[in-house]
Amino acid sequence: MSDSTETGYTAAHRTLEGKSAMFAVFVTIVIFIGGLVEIIPMFTAAQGPGGLPGVTPYTALEVAGRDIYIREGCYLCHSQMVRPMRAEVLRYGEWTRSGEYAYDHPFLMGSRRMGPDLQRVGGKYPDAWHYEHMQNPRSVSPGSVMPVYPWLHRNKYDVADIQASMRALQRVGVPYTDTEIAGAPQAVAAQAQGIVDRLKQAGITAEPNREIIALIAYLQRLGKDGRAAIAAGQTGGPAGGEPNP
Amino acid sequence: MQNTGVIASDEPRYDDAIVKMFVIATIVWALVGMLVGLWIALEIAWWPANLGLPWTTFGRLRPLHTNAVIFAFAGNAIFFGVYHSMQRLLKTRMFSDVLSRLHFWGWQLIIVCAAISLPLGYTFSKEYAELIWPIKVLIAIVWVIFMINFFGTIAIRKVQHLYVAIWFYMATVIVVPVLHIVNSLSIPASFFKSYPIYAGMTDALVQWWYGHNAVGFILTTPFLGMMYYYLPRIAERPVYSYRLSIIHFWALVFLYIWAGPHHLLYSALPEWAQTLGMVFSIMLIAPSWGGMLNGLLTLRGAWDRVRTDPVLKFLVVAVSFYGMSTFEGPMMSIRAVNSLSHFTNWTIGHVHSGALGWVGMLTFGVLYWIVPKVWKRSQLAHPEWATTHFWLATIGIVLYTVSMWAAGLTEGLEWRAFDDTGQLKYPNFVDIVHQLSPFYWLRLLGGLLYFTGAVMMVWNLYQTMRGPLAIRMAPATAGAR
Repeated sequence: MSDSTETGYTAAHRTLEGKSAMFAVFVTIVIFIGGLVEIIPMFTAAQGPGGLPGVTPYTALEVAGRDIYIREGCYLCHSQMVRPMRAEVLRYGEWTRSGEYAYDHPFLMGSRRMGPDLQRVGGKYPDAWHYEHMQNPRSVSPGSVMPVYPWLHRNKYDVADIQASMRALQRVGVPYTDTEIAGAPQAVAAQAQGIVDRLKQAGITAEPNREIIALIAYLQRLGKDGRAAIAAGQTGGPAGGEPNP
Repeated sequence: MQNTGVIASDEPRYDDAIVKMFVIATIVWALVGMLVGLWIALEIAWWPANLGLPWTTFGRLRPLHTNAVIFAFAGNAIFFGVYHSMQRLLKTRMFSDVLSRLHFWGWQLIIVCAAISLPLGYTFSKEYAELIWPIKVLIAIVWVIFMINFFGTIAIRKVQHLYVAIWFYMATVIVVPVLHIVNSLSIPASFFKSYPIYAGMTDALVQWWYGHNAVGFILTTPFLGMMYYYLPRIAERPVYSYRLSIIHFWALVFLYIWAGPHHLLYSALPEWAQTLGMVFSIMLIAPSWGGMLNGLLTLRGAWDRVRTDPVLKFLVVAVSFYGMSTFEGPMMSIRAVNSLSHFTNWTIGHVHSGALGWVGMLTFGVLYWIVPKVWKRSQLAHPEWATTHFWLATIGIVLYTVSMWAAGLTEGLEWRAFDDTGQLKYPNFVDIVHQLSPFYWLRLLGGLLYFTGAVMMVWNLYQTMRGPLAIRMAPATAGAR
């Protein structure tokens, strides 16, 4: 393929091919231009995700629930991103604003909807529905193809683990105070008891220290913060595309 | 009887032992990765296959499947291709045999750690970056070892000019560690868990910058490099166009990096970033097809051999699937198309036409050619089985992609279908799920055919490795161009 009649850029390129270090430097430069142009602006106030009034960090129990959601790979079948389209808003509710993800480390938007979107699932069903659903999805959602998760009703979460998670999240920028982290055991107990009480009203006896309780806390939180701000039009900062009719 | 011992190695200065190690690892992990894929395909078609156990649910096995196929199967395939072709292209042994072995065993250790940790539920959650931080540190270390070995070999080369295959390998060697480290930056909460330093939308953008370029620089550029080395060697034709290889190389590596945001269309990502992602994705057709055309046109004058040579059959179909998926991908990056295709099985079909069609078929073709070469056998134990494998794999891919297109279009259209009153026509999500069932079984059948072909290949290659040595190898036509 090489011949002696090369001219212009092929001749210049042939020379470059002989200089391996320079070749590597060129490759490096060419490769990173796009990434830098796209990613750096995300860290600046003017272009990055805007804040949304009313969005607060997850509670200690919700942090535990979110970790379970991640561990079980829920995000592989359920998205958390309502697109600004009429059919999606009708099916799931208000489309997602970037500020709603402010404390999501990691993001859990998902890439596949084997099951429905969960961005607005918070408050959509009673706690007892979720309790039964994780035990046997078909008992509350006939025809569902979701796997069963009975171990969530047996396994216990560990409050010390939650505190370690909160400390790590604090270091990546979630504004937990040291007092909040220290008081996590009491906060967890109080929130868990609330869920246990609501389950009891539905005729279900549950222990407050089980993983299912933490997962219910997380699911019931999803998409609730910021609803008031969205309704009032205070979406704060660029939020991506406008609704698409 | 006289077979053994007659052979003098034709290329004594090359380290082919490391090539053999990576070849065997490729074969073993191919079976594992595909088997897990079949299992999760069954779980989707028939939920009781989740077994009601934490370790076997779809949510834990899906990352195992993707990691096994991308990093174990394709990863090891890249390494045997690089170690084999690089020594010949640069006419030198690898820089360090010790580094080569550290690279090999380190990489296998990473895979074993992944295979244990993912079913246990230890995950970072970001797609194709699920491994927990201690394993990620190991990945970074092993990659640096590879990098030193790679550039060390270039430094001691006996050929002045770097052939186009090396350019593509170099792009991978440079980009992968940067993607890996930037996307994985996180603060540990324990040995098993860490949280990324980025939040929400920024985390999503960093992830898909990583995720898309993992496709670009793990599943594309190194395999293009292998295409540029093996296709001309096997077809015994020079590369069609040197100019085209220059243009499409630089255009490809420049454009690829921009395309990540096409995974986030209609999300809350700023509009300008979404548009950049879409526009650059569409532009990517040009350099991608440049590569495809340079590959296919290299076969000019050799097309009659495609009819008889199973190795060339695999390569031609691989390059054709490369062209098809790099056309489909940009189409799916157009906002209007993406509004239909996103979140559906269409995406699953798309990635598998790339993974099964391009990466899989190219790897199989090269394996059938390289195993007799490096094991010094005159030919495959069962050459005709390779042709059967080819047809099983091709039919398998077609069933897979067509069923996933149909499933994706079905669900995409029904999610947004309205009745006459302007309400959702299918308000119950489960009703739509049920209509996908036949497609899921068809996909499973396609996967089963593909897997059956791979099993035939493994047995064929195993018998080839165990078979009698060749009487005499053709003297180094194997020398680098």
